[in-house]
Amino acid sequence: METIGLKGMTAGELTKKVLDNTELFILDVRNDSDYDDWKIEGATIESINVPYFHLIDGVDDVLDKIPDDKEVVVVCAKEGSSVFVAGQLVEQGKHHVSYLVGGMKAWSEHLEPVKVGDLQDGGSIYQFVRIGKGCLSYMVVSNGEAAVIDTLRMTEVFENFAKEQNAVIKHTLDTHLHADHISGGLKLAQHTGAKYWLPPKDADEVVFNYNQLDEHAEITVGNTKIHIQPVYSPGHTIGSTSLIVDNQYLLSGDILFVQSIGRPDLAGKAEDWVSDLRNTLYSRYKRLSEDLIVLPAHFGKATELGVGGKVSARLGDLFKENPGLNMEDEAEFRKAVTENLPPQPHAYQEIRQVNMGKITPTDEEQRDMETGPNRCAIHDK
Amino acid sequence: MAIKVDRVLDAKGLACPMPIVRSKKALEELAAGQVLEVQATDKGSLADIQSWARTTGHQYLGSNQEGDILHHFVRKSDPSEVKEQRKYPNTITNEQLEQRMKENPNVKILDVREPAEFAFSRIPGAISIPLGELEQRINELDQEDEINVICRTGNRSDMASQLLNEKGFKNVKNVISGMSEWKGFIE
Repeated sequence: METIGLKGMTAGELTKKVLDNTELFILDVRNDSDYDDWKIEGATIESINVPYFHLIDGVDDVLDKIPDDKEVVVVCAKEGSSVFVAGQLVEQGKHHVSYLVGGMKAWSEHLEPVKVGDLQDGGSIYQFVRIGKGCLSYMVVSNGEAAVIDTLRMTEVFENFAKEQNAVIKHTLDTHLHADHISGGLKLAQHTGAKYWLPPKDADEVVFNYNQLDEHAEITVGNTKIHIQPVYSPGHTIGSTSLIVDNQYLLSGDILFVQSIGRPDLAGKAEDWVSDLRNTLYSRYKRLSEDLIVLPAHFGKATELGVGGKVSARLGDLFKENPGLNMEDEAEFRKAVTENLPPQPHAYQEIRQVNMGKITPTDEEQRDMETGPNRCAIHDK
Repeated sequence: MAIKVDRVLDAKGLACPMPIVRSKKALEELAAGQVLEVQATDKGSLADIQSWARTTGHQYLGSNQEGDILHHFVRKSDPSEVKEQRKYPNTITNEQLEQRMKENPNVKILDVREPAEFAFSRIPGAISIPLGELEQRINELDQEDEINVICRTGNRSDMASQLLNEKGFKNVKNVISGMSEWKGFIE
């Protein structure tokens, strides 16, 4: 029962507007606890929260808060309530009002491909920005072949993208056993006949076959010169492994982010892994070239999004600016990565079980498990 | 768990916002103090009905799940309950009652709230007779017993205490402030 004149805005359209810094006003009609936990953010986004159940008898109470000079998007969990509220706003003469198609669920699942750069011997590397949840995947494409790193659950996006690039996916790699989102690595490999790689130290409990991603692994994509070099870098998990691609890019997984560092507690071993994490960040990474471009598996804040949504930084710059790399005192570091950590990601224990192949929830259940922000960094709120 | 309610609303299969829209309408048709059960399959309804009840002043009693169906229980707020209008002189505080229960494990507690309220939180051993049924079920009680009457805030129990007193019960006390402030053990 849609109101005439009411339009839907897709998650893709909204993403473009956020990345283009378009002025937007968001009326989020979910209940206050959901809003406080996780909402749409951006440099040019203004948002307010009025739960839909206060607007059942009419929208008079919010009319004067709705601006006339910018686009308004009404947002809810799945879509129903935002259609209900946005329809009333249109009936009250508000223009430029739309609702988010598919609600926060669709927002959480949208992936925006962004080209990171070209490789030395032909080929390119792309970043897939999951803007609603802060997850980042990568695809290395060269000479008709592709490798996907930290594949997200929405595997068809990667299949379609590879098809557009006329590339066959040969490898899928996970830098570690993820706790904040469900990996699509194995599923994508099974669909495309690719090899699935996982660090063996994170794979103690997995119930499927995989290729061991360790420092001896030889992985090439297309031209032999495009080489993926694994660097064992424990800390977020015991198996966490970074990848150097084409001697230019450091895919740092959940160890190092642009404005923060990874948390060591999601597998229940914060105390044990603190020294691994420090060693990785303060000595292993120190030995790498400062000119490597760091490409993390997550971002935590909208301010980490660069031009076109790209999330990246030069390693040397991060050693100067990232607060997580500038704690000289070991005790201070230990404190920062074990105390006052942000809440753990929603359903993170179940998500780890799914990623080990131990449980197989339905698509709907997987969607629910992934609701909310990723919170893999120590500074995420 | 079968809980006696005044009205059951079937909101199964309805997506947000309809379970709350229908609940609001159904509650408007009930009298103050009556209990509504909402049956819904939309998982989001669990958090939403709690937030909605909290901000509108209705009393959210609890929810339980059977298979895919969520059962939510909400009691329509009664403006009189927040006002002081107690008349029965013989009262006992929550703390005094807790002490009394320690001294004498056989002390009787009569809970006159609705069965749905009783179902979600009660003092162990309390007898449940809703205020509206007290007159016809009065024979279930012994006139010689020491009876402490409790409800949520002390108003329904005030009326129940007066009724018992009129019917010849001599040792009746109204518990204030009642279950809303109860710090002792509950089940």
